[in-house]
Amino acid sequence: MTPSCIACGSSVLALLQAATTQIGEPNRVAMGFFFLFIATTLGITYWAARRTRTTEHFYAAGRVIGPRQNGFALAGDYMSAASFLGIAGLVSTSGFDGLIYSTGWLVGWPIVLFLIAEPLRNLGKYTFADVVATRLAQTPVRLAAALGTLATVTFYLIAQMVGAGGLIKLMFGIRYEVAIAIVGTAMIAYVLFGGMIATTWVQIVKAVLLLGGAAILTVLVLARFGMNPMALFAAAAARFGDGVLAPGKLVTKPLDAISLGLALMFGTAGLPHILMRFYTVPDATAARKSVFWATGLIGAFYLMTFVLGFGAMVLVGPDVIKSVEPGGNMAAPLLAEYLGGTAFLGFIAAVAFATILAVVAGLTLSGAAALSHDLWVSVVRKGHASQQEQLRVARLATVLLGIVAVLLGISFKGQNVAFMVGLAFAIAASANFPALVLSMFWRRCSTAGAVASMLTGTVSTLLLIYLSPTVQLDILKHSAAWFPLKNPALVTIPLSFAVGVLVSLAAPEREGEDGYQYVQRRMHLGAAE
Amino acid sequence: MTTNDPRLRALAATRWRVALTLTAVMVVVYFGFVSLIAFDKPLLALRITPGLSLGILLGVLVILSTWLLTWVYVRWANTRYDPELHRLRQ
Repeated sequence: MTPSCIACGSSVLALLQAATTQIGEPNRVAMGFFFLFIATTLGITYWAARRTRTTEHFYAAGRVIGPRQNGFALAGDYMSAASFLGIAGLVSTSGFDGLIYSTGWLVGWPIVLFLIAEPLRNLGKYTFADVVATRLAQTPVRLAAALGTLATVTFYLIAQMVGAGGLIKLMFGIRYEVAIAIVGTAMIAYVLFGGMIATTWVQIVKAVLLLGGAAILTVLVLARFGMNPMALFAAAAARFGDGVLAPGKLVTKPLDAISLGLALMFGTAGLPHILMRFYTVPDATAARKSVFWATGLIGAFYLMTFVLGFGAMVLVGPDVIKSVEPGGNMAAPLLAEYLGGTAFLGFIAAVAFATILAVVAGLTLSGAAALSHDLWVSVVRKGHASQQEQLRVARLATVLLGIVAVLLGISFKGQNVAFMVGLAFAIAASANFPALVLSMFWRRCSTAGAVASMLTGTVSTLLLIYLSPTVQLDILKHSAAWFPLKNPALVTIPLSFAVGVLVSLAAPEREGEDGYQYVQRRMHLGAAE
Repeated sequence: MTTNDPRLRALAATRWRVALTLTAVMVVVYFGFVSLIAFDKPLLALRITPGLSLGILLGVLVILSTWLLTWVYVRWANTRYDPELHRLRQ
């Protein structure tokens, strides 16, 4: 497209917006809600800061968060603006296909419950590396685990920051860089001063706002269709064809769908900021109950986004939605404006902003824990660091990561980064999940095996995503891609498991096998025994 | 209690079996759904009522299945696993 055509496109866009929506205009209600959210969360941060005196407070909120609270916080950490705006948008423009993502993002949670949550809580202290390193050599395991964690966190952060800048620019009409700077500053403030206590409560407030906003919108939509979702779907099919109720163009190659499904299902069980949350509850029973809450809340949220997507399709129309933003991301805000006017649009816009802020805060805290707890305290200081030193390093790491996140957000401006969420899940599923499972459940897992598995998972995922059609065709505009799958998890998850097993067998470790008994006991009985 | 307590070993084996069975059910349910999307789109396009296709029904059932499976596990763990652990600790 030539520059002049972009200009004419955007002036048409401006005309359309003037005719149909206040999106992109400075919105007083949105600003009001937004400042209310910032003021509330900074108040929480001030309260939390006075209670953050030890690393146990900073990383694990003193381990006093209740199961229901942690369930909301897990949901808050997990439900990103991508799932709220993205899935509603996808459903509004292509119907059924959005459900493929909704289910994919949910089915990882039962896996977290069955395999990971309770053993993790009983074996570890602050990070998932604690678990892998329980009976293995500290230094190599921590180094490899920190690499996996930081790779996952970095790509997830880039996707969130770029999405945040774009959305805030679109909804509030402020500059991209300013939006990124606001997100970065608020996020650093929460984590730096309030640690996990503040981060947890920011997640809870955000989860309540997001679920509440989605619920109000859902009821408003369904009220137009006799409170019957099927009447809504029938109206969509009558207007836009039966195709909207059936699988469309999203899944064309079966292996692509299965590979992405594997990344989403097992990646959830390897996301560092999710795993870290299980240390904030008092015991394994509370960890278990918190996943039950999270699964219920997140599932309900995805059911609601499906209704919202169809509501936007019927009430607003796909053409108007795409004219405001080609990706369809403004479907939910447009629906809010249609149903509740500018005030409700403002509320939903502020909720979307709060959503992004909370997710990046959780990510930054887990990255800071990898830098300070895994790398500095365990590797550099060999476990001998005072509380003051540990807290100082953790806070330094927070500021460092926050600045890096802002710089990454600005440098990836305007780039297509949607694939980075899938990439983050693929790394989590291939680098973190296999090592966790092997070290907890397989007697013969050795240091060399676990390290090789984590390194293989990280490196092979990065390499294959680079060679995939996602990067080669869509971003670099090459004519062919060496690797056929869009998401590499179908190859990299089995590969990491295989490398972990083979290297463990080739380089066995007496101490590791002796420690297995201890791991098995502690996995069930906890550290108290 | 020694590290080789057979009762703990038995409990660990039971938990492992329950966890793996439920994991397998979840994998089958989800990848069954994905496979239908990939291999049999016309089947999922079938209408049950004017406003409900088989695809939407199955998708919603996948979401409900995550609730059911987590509920089954939490109930088992709260009523069987925890009390047995409690007895072992004494």
